[in-house]
Amino acid sequence: MRQSDEDDQRVRFGRRALVLGGLQAGVAGALGYRLYQLQVLEAEQHQMLAEENRINVHSVAPPRGQILDRLGRPLAVNRHNYRLLLVRERMDSVEATIAQLRELIDIPENELEKAFRKLKRTRGFVPVQLVENMDWEAFARVNANAPALPGVVPEIGWTRDYPDDRAYDFAHVVGYVAAVNEDDLARDRSNDPILRLPDARIGKNGVEKAAEPLLRGRAGKRSIEVNAAGRELRELERDPGVAGDDLTLTIDLELQRYAMKRLQGESAAAVVMDIHNGDILALASAPAYDPNKFVFGIGHADWNALREDEYDPLRNKAVAGAYPPGSTYKMLTSLAAVEYGVMAPRERIQCNGKMHFGRRDFHCWKRQGHGSMNMKDAIKHSCDIYFYEAARRIGIDNLAELSNRFGIGEKFDIEIPNLSDGLMPTKDWKYAALGENWHQGETLIAGIGQGYVLASPLQLAVMTARIANGEKRVMPRLIRAKGGVPAALPEFESLNIAPENMKFVQDGMNAVSNEPGGTAYRSQIYDPANLIAGKTGTAQVRNISRAEREAGVKKNEELPWRLRDHALFVAYAPYDKPRYAIAVVVEHGGSGSRAGAPVARDIMMRALYRGVPPLEAYPPWIRPEIEKQRQEEAEGAVQEDASLDIRGGEGARIWGLDDPARPLPPIRRG
Amino acid sequence: MRYAGLTDTRYGGGADDVADVSLASKLLKFNWLLAALLAAAASVGFVMLYSVAGGSLDPWARSQIVRFAVGFGAMILVALIDIRFWKALALPFYAITLALLIAVEFFGEIGMGAQRWINLGVVQLQPSEPMKIALVMVLALYYQWLPPKKVSRPLWILVPLLLAAAPTLLVIKQPDLGTALLLLAGAFVVMFLAGVSWWFFALLGVAGGGVVLAVLVSQGTDWQILKDYQYRRIFTFIDPSTDPLGAGYHITQSITAIGSGGVAGKGLLQGTQTHLSFLPEPHTDFIFTTLAEEFGFIGGLSLLCLFILIVFVALASSFRIKNSFGRLLSAGVATTFFFFFAINIAMVTGLAPVVGVPLPLVSFGGTSMLVLMIGFGLAISAQIHGDLNFRSRSTL
Repeated sequence: MRQSDEDDQRVRFGRRALVLGGLQAGVAGALGYRLYQLQVLEAEQHQMLAEENRINVHSVAPPRGQILDRLGRPLAVNRHNYRLLLVRERMDSVEATIAQLRELIDIPENELEKAFRKLKRTRGFVPVQLVENMDWEAFARVNANAPALPGVVPEIGWTRDYPDDRAYDFAHVVGYVAAVNEDDLARDRSNDPILRLPDARIGKNGVEKAAEPLLRGRAGKRSIEVNAAGRELRELERDPGVAGDDLTLTIDLELQRYAMKRLQGESAAAVVMDIHNGDILALASAPAYDPNKFVFGIGHADWNALREDEYDPLRNKAVAGAYPPGSTYKMLTSLAAVEYGVMAPRERIQCNGKMHFGRRDFHCWKRQGHGSMNMKDAIKHSCDIYFYEAARRIGIDNLAELSNRFGIGEKFDIEIPNLSDGLMPTKDWKYAALGENWHQGETLIAGIGQGYVLASPLQLAVMTARIANGEKRVMPRLIRAKGGVPAALPEFESLNIAPENMKFVQDGMNAVSNEPGGTAYRSQIYDPANLIAGKTGTAQVRNISRAEREAGVKKNEELPWRLRDHALFVAYAPYDKPRYAIAVVVEHGGSGSRAGAPVARDIMMRALYRGVPPLEAYPPWIRPEIEKQRQEEAEGAVQEDASLDIRGGEGARIWGLDDPARPLPPIRRG
Repeated sequence: MRYAGLTDTRYGGGADDVADVSLASKLLKFNWLLAALLAAAASVGFVMLYSVAGGSLDPWARSQIVRFAVGFGAMILVALIDIRFWKALALPFYAITLALLIAVEFFGEIGMGAQRWINLGVVQLQPSEPMKIALVMVLALYYQWLPPKKVSRPLWILVPLLLAAAPTLLVIKQPDLGTALLLLAGAFVVMFLAGVSWWFFALLGVAGGGVVLAVLVSQGTDWQILKDYQYRRIFTFIDPSTDPLGAGYHITQSITAIGSGGVAGKGLLQGTQTHLSFLPEPHTDFIFTTLAEEFGFIGGLSLLCLFILIVFVALASSFRIKNSFGRLLSAGVATTFFFFFAINIAMVTGLAPVVGVPLPLVSFGGTSMLVLMIGFGLAISAQIHGDLNFRSRSTL
């Protein structure tokens, strides 16, 4: 009985053990299949995940492209940034180490606080920046003591530098870089890793901003093996990235510096252009600022001083300023008149000092009138009445069409932000912008470059260049070479002006500068080989009331600065074989012949004579004055030239471009 | 029946007398194959512990080798001693272990966030480990004693359930969900092999479902059954991607490690997931992950086959044992071993929640190793003394 019980039990055990074994085999099979699934079917995907786990990829900033003048002299370079980093886990006591450090170098209290806050938040092995942009001596002192300062890591990074002796003069052209802010990141659709680096800088103004994509380069990367805690173990791969393109500007260092110096003390702008290829040789806007102050963040005091300055140093007046061109516009009125056949150059218009049109009087700047004027006389004397009449006959839309051909209201594609488009009004424009119909009186006002007409100094320089060129719609350019490769010169469109008509206008400009009685006669160049042909302009910025006109128009000297006229002058030279065009605007400078023409002449002479012009090139009547100036400058000049030499040699690269501005033509003295 | 009778005549009714089998014949009957398989599995552990330590015998491999040597000796010793001796010890062993578990509850030391250890002055003991064997032993003894006809009667089912429930509840309280599962699984397997009715297991299935439901429903209420972290583990198991850097981190990293091993593996010491610390506890619960990462599908599958072979050999040898106690003990140990590695591998491959079950013989751990080796010693002893057919009642 018991025996059979035992047997039954054994049989039942056997059966159940088999069931159990079967179940176990099933489970084991499932486990085996799971391994197969993970390690064979999905292996690749998991391998990728493991690699991602293991490798941290850091972006590496490539060197930013340098900005050079037309002969390769550096305007914006990269220099070493000496900084100190702290690694908490390598220090016994952060406080003790800092105390030791403070015996060696000055650490500003706010930097210290910032570093402390960061140290608390980050993990022990993450380096935190304590100070940057140290001078070499302080950095060397820390380096010498480095063995006694565990956890203090001296590091050499890169920062943007604008060489001191030219930083101010090029501030508006080159611009500056500064720390990347939220807006910059939001605007960056390409998600460029360079901008996300902790010490990233982005161009905020000038060429630095406009040519940012060229200058920035492509980020490199460092692949670093890390463990689960994020500690770096070893570098697996390093790709230095692609350096930004060096940009060779069309600007000439010396001419730019001279222009800035000549404009000193004024709120003014000057633009010098090559009338053949459009190269902008100088683009000066005064006053300017020190761009180096922006690189590490400008202080409140400095910033407010710049912002509150009445002369507006932050605005690049050469391209962003829009001024009524005043009489400098009269060449275009003349041209339109002859081109549209409404006035023959020889036709004479009587100027009695005022002209009645519609229900009001239009005055000439010369109260007693100029008498009988043909086109050349009108330009030479800048007679307003002549041009009122010319504009009345031309009509605003035709005047606008011709002006556009000469750059008024034209958008230029040069690597500078905030270009002003100026304004050339038309009937349609007025209706669209103001909802009003055009009055014919406004055509008269436009004819003398006032009213709605606005132009930037750059546009005035382009206008003058095109007049001097006579055939081509010369376009301005600021970049001469990108990464050492010369930028191709575009084929300029034709101006479509009859040569003889152009000649009338050019004759007029010659008369302004070189015939007795011309408005800029006193500011001529006394060298037959380098005669200048110009046009003065005095742009009124206030309304003159009838009462004032009857009592006698106030002189500029009697008015507050803000209400004085803008002084303008445009010119080209040499008259018979034009090379350069210039436009000068002196804000609230008074009359164009007195405040604009001499400045333009001086800058033009620097371009024509490649440096200090011979005294004989000045008209005899101002030679004593110039001589005196030069003597005064002689003392200071020694220093100035020395400083130029030091910087000029360093890093200067000449791209082997043929420079049409050289060599120096021999001066014929007349 | 004919076959059974035949064997009976050969050894006679007085089987109790066949006690003094000579040492030589015992050594001859000794399951050397099983011993060799166990040593092979343990050796895999040595290699992996060496690798996890970054190519060093310390701190784990050397000490694990010593522990295995001690365990192997203990296994042989236990195997050579008469199974009736162990049968007589079954109940006291269970009682003492249960007492220790209760003691842990009051005087235990906290390790890894759970009360598992008790300091006995000389040794630190984790009583939940020996309980895995003690429970199997006491249940085997119970079914040796219980007449087969009563096996499925409710009252007689209640006894083994209580025997299993007491240590299980204590272990859950520690809390150690993995060991509790192993205890329950071991107990049910012994009951199943002893012949408890299919109905009971069907009912158990339903009840189990009910418990799962209760556990899930109780979450967030006053009578919440599991601790918060246990719930979190369950939920992250269901979908690890919901919290890849939090609670699901372990599972996600382990799966990545295993998968990235591919077919042939990254090579010894080359497992990036292991050696760059992306894996938690690579020397204990996640050692299989390291193996699969460094030796690939081939390595992982080989160890799995080795384990299955161990279970197969142990289970198959239990067929020949003539007494219920030995049979159930031997099969119980084999099955406990199976659950051990199956749960661990399922856990690290993301098929089961992370419940904290180490990989038997391979993971670093002293008590667990010793207990397993003693368990196999008992199983081998049962096989060596498999011809004994002692009377059920008289020996209890």
